[in-house]
This record gives sequence, structure tokens and C-alpha cells, in this order.
Amino acid sequence: MADVRTKARPLSPHLQVFRPLLTMVMSILHRITGAALYFGTLLLAWWLVAAASGPEAYATVAGFFDSIFGRLILFGYTWALVHHTLGGIRHFIWDTGHGYGVEARNMLASATIIGSVAITILLWIVGLLVG
Amino acid sequence: MAHEKSIRTPLARVKGLGSAKEGTEHFWRQRVTALANLPLVIFFVFLIISVQGESHADVVRILAHPFTAIVTLAMIISGVWHMKIGMQVIIEDYVHEGPKLLVLMANSFFCFLVGLAAVFGILKIAFGG
Repeated sequence: MADVRTKARPLSPHLQVFRPLLTMVMSILHRITGAALYFGTLLLAWWLVAAASGPEAYATVAGFFDSIFGRLILFGYTWALVHHTLGGIRHFIWDTGHGYGVEARNMLASATIIGSVAITILLWIVGLLVG
Repeated sequence: MAHEKSIRTPLARVKGLGSAKEGTEHFWRQRVTALANLPLVIFFVFLIISVQGESHADVVRILAHPFTAIVTLAMIISGVWHMKIGMQVIIEDYVHEGPKLLVLMANSFFCFLVGLAAVFGILKIAFGG
């Protein structure tokens, strides 16, 4: 029978010992934006339930989203959504077996962050023009 | 058990550690929901942009349209499913031993309740409540 007693095992080096690389930062951001969107879904549920409840409840949620704080949250939500979406597309590219080379993955990492910031700003410009 | 060919130690077996044989399914569901989320979320972002600042009556009218309501429903279900899988991966990476099972359950409850509330909201609007 194998020795099953638990003892302190050596751990592999973790995040804090590595020099941050763009690909690594994008990987971490993918997880962080995913977690933020997870809790951000509460806002979607709140908005829909308020709209279903009636004009007064809707006015409350609309007022919150229209405030500076609300807009700041929505802006962050937009960026998290766009960033996580682009990160997901990056993973789809990797799923096909492409984009693993040094240049390709650095390019994909840059495209993710530049794209997410650009698309977020663009969406808000469109939003402000329409609204 | 000596007659079973396994590289898992008896302790690991008792603790239920190791493969649950659901990894591929888990990975696949994450990709399927991710792909579904892509067009659904794009539609919804433009929907939100177009209804901002509108009156409650107009927002309800737009959301109650069968196409809008069905796409929104699909997004909620696919999104919440994706959330549940994703958060489970995060939990399994960082939470060990004691609270792990409770945190995993909390993840299920959260996703189910948020999804249920959102689905209830859109259905109530769509059915003209």
C-alpha cells in the first residue's frame, strides 16, 4: 500500500515570483473580468425585475444607472464584457490549434487589451450620441 | 481495492480527489455557452444602447416583443450557465478543504437565483403582466 500520510509537499512557483508578461496579465484579466461579470449579472436581473415591477421601480433603477456612480459601474461593466468577450475569442483561436507562437500570442494579447479599450470607448460614444 | 487498477491512493479515493470524469463535458459546455453568448451579448449591448433614456412604457414595449424577449431569455440562460461553470473553475483553483463544498453550492444557488429572477422579469414583461 502506498504511503498516504499527508506531509508538506513542495509547491510550484506561483504568480508573485514571475515578471509580469502581457500574456500573463491578459490571462489574469480574463478571470477577473469573468468574476466581475458574474456579480454584474445582478444589475441585469435588477433592471429586468424593476422593468417588470412597474414605472416607479424602473425609475429607481434608471436613476441609479444615470448617476455618476451608476455610469462608472456601467462603463466598467462594458469594458469587462468586451474584454472577456475578446479574451474568449482568443481562446477560440487557441482551440483551433493556432496562435501559440511567441509573436502570435503577444499579438493576440495586445489586440485583446487595445481592442477592449477601443471598443468600449466606441460603444459609449455611440451610446451618448443615441441617448 | 487491490483488484481495481488505479494509480489513486486509498486516501485520495476516500477523499474523492482526482478525476470526476466530467472534465470534458465541463470544458465543452463552457465553449458551447461561450459561443452562444457571443451573438446574444452583442445583440443585448445594442439593445441597451437603444433603450437608454426611454420611458418605462417604451422599454417594456420593446422588451415584450417576442424576438427581443426570446433573445434576452437565451442570453440569460446561456450566460448564467457559463457563469456557473467559470466560477466553479475559480473556486476549484483557490478554495480547498473545508469550505470548498459550501462555496461550490453557493455558486450554484447564486447563478440559479440570479438567472431565475432575470427570467421571471423578462417573462412577466413579455406576457404583459
